[in-house]
Amino acid sequence: MQTINVLVIFWKYDLIVARSIRSITLHSVVGIYIMIRLILFLSTLALAITSYAVPALNMPYGVSPISREIYNLHMAGFYICCAIGVVVFGVLIYSLIKFRKSKGAKAAHFHEHIGLEILWTAIPFFILVALAIPATIVLAHIHDTERSALTIKVVGYQWKWKYEYLDQGISFFSNLATPQEQILNKAPKNEWFLLEVDKPLVVPVNTKIKLLITADDVIHAWWVPDLGIKQDAIPGFINENWIYIEKEGFYRGQCGELCGVYHAFMPIVVQAVSQADFAKWVVANTPTPESMALAQKEILKPLTEDELLTLGKTQYEKSCIMCHQAEGEGLPPTFPPLKDSRVVTGPLAVNIGYVLTGVPGTAMQAFGDQLDDRAMAAVVTYIRNAWGNEIPIKRHKYPTIVQPEDVAKVRQESKK
Amino acid sequence: MSHESHVHEVGHGHDHHHHGPPKGFSRWVYTTNHKDIGTLYLTFSLVMLFIGGIMALVIRAELFEPGTILVDPDFFNQMTTMHGLIMVFGVIMPAMAGLANWMIPLMIGAPDMALPRLNNWSFWLLPFAFSMLMSTMLMKGSAPNFGWTFYAPLSTIYGPNSTDFFIFSIHLMGASSIMAALNIVVTIFNMRAPGMTWMKMPLFVWSWLVTAFLLLAVMPVLAGCVTMMLMDRHFHTSFFNAAGGGDPLLFQHVFWFFGHPEVYILILPGFGVISEVIPTFSRKVLFGYRFMVYATASIAIVGFVVWMHHMFTTGAPYAAQLYFMYATMLVAVPTGIKIFNWLGTLFKGSITFETPMLFALGFLVMFTIGGFSGVMLSLVPADYQYRDSYFVVAHFHYVLVSGSLFTIIAAVYFWLPKWTGNMYSEKLGQWHFWLSVIGMNVAFLPMHFLGLAGMPRRIPDYALQFTDFNQLCTIGAFIFGFAQLIFLYIVIKACYAKRRHKLSDEVWEGAKGLEWTIPTPAPYHTFETAPVVH
Repeated sequence: MQTINVLVIFWKYDLIVARSIRSITLHSVVGIYIMIRLILFLSTLALAITSYAVPALNMPYGVSPISREIYNLHMAGFYICCAIGVVVFGVLIYSLIKFRKSKGAKAAHFHEHIGLEILWTAIPFFILVALAIPATIVLAHIHDTERSALTIKVVGYQWKWKYEYLDQGISFFSNLATPQEQILNKAPKNEWFLLEVDKPLVVPVNTKIKLLITADDVIHAWWVPDLGIKQDAIPGFINENWIYIEKEGFYRGQCGELCGVYHAFMPIVVQAVSQADFAKWVVANTPTPESMALAQKEILKPLTEDELLTLGKTQYEKSCIMCHQAEGEGLPPTFPPLKDSRVVTGPLAVNIGYVLTGVPGTAMQAFGDQLDDRAMAAVVTYIRNAWGNEIPIKRHKYPTIVQPEDVAKVRQESKK
Repeated sequence: MSHESHVHEVGHGHDHHHHGPPKGFSRWVYTTNHKDIGTLYLTFSLVMLFIGGIMALVIRAELFEPGTILVDPDFFNQMTTMHGLIMVFGVIMPAMAGLANWMIPLMIGAPDMALPRLNNWSFWLLPFAFSMLMSTMLMKGSAPNFGWTFYAPLSTIYGPNSTDFFIFSIHLMGASSIMAALNIVVTIFNMRAPGMTWMKMPLFVWSWLVTAFLLLAVMPVLAGCVTMMLMDRHFHTSFFNAAGGGDPLLFQHVFWFFGHPEVYILILPGFGVISEVIPTFSRKVLFGYRFMVYATASIAIVGFVVWMHHMFTTGAPYAAQLYFMYATMLVAVPTGIKIFNWLGTLFKGSITFETPMLFALGFLVMFTIGGFSGVMLSLVPADYQYRDSYFVVAHFHYVLVSGSLFTIIAAVYFWLPKWTGNMYSEKLGQWHFWLSVIGMNVAFLPMHFLGLAGMPRRIPDYALQFTDFNQLCTIGAFIFGFAQLIFLYIVIKACYAKRRHKLSDEVWEGAKGLEWTIPTPAPYHTFETAPVVH
């Protein structure tokens, strides 16, 4: 798209310049000028064809030692296959051309040759041994998670990732940041459509980072091609793998194991920063007792109904809409509707409890760790006032407005 | 004919088996004739091919552009799941069973299958199994949407209600396959014509014998797998539920212990077909028959001990990964022998290019390409990048579409004149072949690039950089899909057209084997007196 835009701009610019030149009427200058522009235009076009029209054909070389070792192994395997292919397809094409009945070929009568058959049993065997050796070595490197300087726990949830910096006490969820309108083709798409998140995983460069990968619900897989890592996240298991990034930048990947309806919508973004920047980031994001107390005080401030509803709608679209849908109709039976739901239209504490602790054995997650008291109060307020839910609630004289304090109370209760 | 009518007159009053087939619907419901049952299997498979094919086109249409353009993600997942299940269990397996039913008795000189009533039952379970499976699409809530590999806990705790119908239909398919396999083993062991020793058996029969043993060994494992799922869902067990002390990885071990031999079940009979077709149109005996038999058996045996190569990224320990990598690489050796021996058969032959031969040659080239990506996938470190990407999708479509499906199509063209007495139109056959080859490569070759560039499989929507190749894939898929309508027309025409002129018993110039000694079209009953093989 960008190159096409450049071409359009060039064209418009040409028109303007050509008009101004005509007034001077210096034909030779115009001639030279047009030639230069033509060359520029053609080279841009060639660039457009080579850089735009041909998307990536091969595995990325990547930015980590492992990704490079994997790339080299992949290319070795590929070239060996090509070499075998040249021989096999060469003989095939030769036979099909040479031994055609229409060219008068008469069939020979041989039907066995033990030596030949032993030969073509043995040769592939030795080729495979030659491939197995480097594969064994690279695999040993992948398994070597010793001497890491940083440990991050990665937890797959249905359609988001949670990152916990175990030694720093930092922990957050990373959600898809692409708006629904773009997915539904109602808005132009961002450059990193479906590969953008609200909070990337921030890591330092040139540091060996051990990843402990697991899942909360179903099986996911944490895959970033540029880092040469794909590791299944399996509930009940903690898998180890490691990354070592040599270049600052953003590296993007996706969940690699079918994990339900929105499998395509839980991208991974890794932001590699310098070690100094990472140290600053850690300081800025590490909770202290004072900052936590301050933050909690801020969170517990009562809000107006409008504020709750606005905040609630945003939060609903981020955390709930995928399963329970925009109109609260859900995707039954796995994801029940919230519209006219027995729980949502029932007593407040029960409603908050469902969101807080989830429903074990079902797809309903515990949102207690993901949402603070204010966000939860807002989202519960939102669902209790949306889609006509407020009518039965008011009839039963249950509250429709939820303040952060109410959530804090239920949270305290549930901890007992 | 005169002999038959004579017997019929003599036997008047006590109706016995020398009459021709009864007419109408009841013929097909009550039939115990191996040819009728073979026809039923093949027809069923053809119908399912188009149903599964339409699902594939829905998938490809949705993937034509980024963003949701045709179906929602949930329906997309149902399509990928159903497409996989239907193509594996509803198209390839029944088609191979149909070929076995038709051809094994004819090739070994037997009058019928050993257990004809069981044969009838094993076919008639299938329409019920698949109606049940497909009825889930009409139910409230989702149809199965967890992929054809139905990994727990996505298919257990998180599965839709219709999963129970899916489980039951898998049980029925399994029962059907077990009975068909049993029948084939018993037939081959007991009903070979005098003089038909083991090492004189046609390779198609050999490869089906090996396949039948694979089926007997692994279908019960699949049944166990879905039964455990059922118990996890309803009887409060926790086989696959980590929260209850179970193990989600156990599911994958059990599934792939079935699943890996299963992929050889899908391809080995096809190897048998190719070993019949290539010698015929090269007018030369198959090169290295003995090695071909040993290679078939070794592929099957090694196939039992490589299942964990589907699970390299699950956190398997180093030693396990190494063992499974080496064992998997070993499969390439006997598979290579097969390719080389087919080349040896072509070498110094007298080759012609009728449609069955074209499909066999197309198979030879593209199955080899699928084999190459298979070798690459066996390298564990590289597999970390390939696993669950479009590279894998490309790999298994090269070995299943241009592999298994091409062998089935080759077999149908090869034996269609013998079955129906009509020669297909060579011109249409060539059109079918070239459109299929072009469509298939345009559809699946770019998937290698997509996978390497990082596109995961089973996603209804993708990042912008994957757009170009996805559009190419979709165009190829539609070419391939619509090319199969030519095949449908050819088959229907061969079945129903009036016979213009009598075809010879051999049909093909270079045809060898007992099935080419009987009249064309094959009479309803054959080899009532066993032939003697010298």
